[in-house]
Amino acid sequence: MIEVHLHHPRGDFCLDVDISVPAQGITGLIGRSGSGKSTLFSCLAGHIRPTAGCISLRGRSLYNSELGINVPPAQRGVGLVFQDGLLFPHMTVARNLAYGARNVGTDFWNEVISALDLGHLLGARPGRLSGGERQRAAIARALMAEPDLLLLDEPVSALDPDLKGRTLDLIARVQDRTRVPMIFISHAPEEVRRLCDRVITLSDGRITTQGDRTPPPVRDTCRAVPIPVRMGQ
Amino acid sequence: MLQLSPMEQEALMLSLSASSKAVLFSLPLAIALGWLLGTRRFPGHALLNAVVHLPLVLPPVVLGYLMLVLLGRNGPLGGPLYDLFGIRIAFSSSAVVIACAVVGFPLMVRAIRQSAESIDPRYARAARSLGASEARIFVSVTLPLMAPGILAGITLAFARAVGEFGATITLAGNIPGKTQTLPLALFNVTQSPGGDMAALRLCVLSLILAGAALLASEAIARKVHHGEVPA
Repeated sequence: MIEVHLHHPRGDFCLDVDISVPAQGITGLIGRSGSGKSTLFSCLAGHIRPTAGCISLRGRSLYNSELGINVPPAQRGVGLVFQDGLLFPHMTVARNLAYGARNVGTDFWNEVISALDLGHLLGARPGRLSGGERQRAAIARALMAEPDLLLLDEPVSALDPDLKGRTLDLIARVQDRTRVPMIFISHAPEEVRRLCDRVITLSDGRITTQGDRTPPPVRDTCRAVPIPVRMGQ
Repeated sequence: MLQLSPMEQEALMLSLSASSKAVLFSLPLAIALGWLLGTRRFPGHALLNAVVHLPLVLPPVVLGYLMLVLLGRNGPLGGPLYDLFGIRIAFSSSAVVIACAVVGFPLMVRAIRQSAESIDPRYARAARSLGASEARIFVSVTLPLMAPGILAGITLAFARAVGEFGATITLAGNIPGKTQTLPLALFNVTQSPGGDMAALRLCVLSLILAGAALLASEAIARKVHHGEVPA
């Protein structure tokens, strides 16, 4: 199980979540901008130390404010894929992939490269890759470190619709083949519906729904605010 | 016209050698300070930044005099160095290197700091999530990404050191063959009757050196702008 019980106030915003989901398949995390999705990811990855609470992954405590446990990010076994891939620009794709792959076997290496169709790109620099290729390489890089949990922070939001669909299918296929549990952040309910086994909806730092595969529509406050119409015009 | 006299050749060689040593010796500290100022916020950050950049705005003669007071035979640093180890800094070739290092240092730190500031902190987060230690992240990610700034800093500091005059003449004097650098040799010939041709020669030489350094710096800056960083 992935257990997250956090209380993290920061100014006007407070992340207050209780999450308990199976450590398998893909969990969607959905919510509008500023709802706390990225803060939650930073807490899970260990880049932000929450004020209070606990995080455990498959029974292993990663953070516990009462017991004083705070496992450093490098030892958490939590992989990260950013929206823009963020491959190391001075390394080839192969060196990027090998960066976190310490004990990875040849079979797993080949499996990931084949699943993400990266064989012909191994010698290329990230600057020469398209957006979709960069995201595939970033997912592969994170998987090569054999994480216990992979966090995908809007990995397809910068891609065009066609590429988005293909990349979502690839993520599903890779998850199926590697069995690494994933949490997938998105603004788009249709992406979560297509990819995820379960869904968590976050609003203003709090969980509003958890476990339902069909996500409720996400309201963007900017768009939801009614435009006043002057009478008589 | 560009046939240099033995004295001018010595001055040129001393300038190049002192500037190279100055850049080489101050580089590790410049990288450490540039990285610290560019990526960390801590109490005293503004003060440290001001102290590092002080040589950039102080008149070089003031710098030279302050170093002479500090490193002279009766100075708080120069005194013990002479008494304990017999090392005399002022008016020696080491003084030339020190003067060159001090005036070029802020330029080097500035370029490295700007380069460090421009690195997306998420690179380090990505590396951490891949299990890398802080030392490995610095060597394998941060340092290569700072490389264009380091190269630009080296070039600028070297060019500044080659042209250094005020601090050098105050701390190291103007001793031909020992502490007389290219600008000091130029100063000498401008003060001598019939030295016009030699002065012109040294001017052209200085222009070539400064121009080459600036072109190199511009080329590196363009590379940084286009996001092409060395492996």
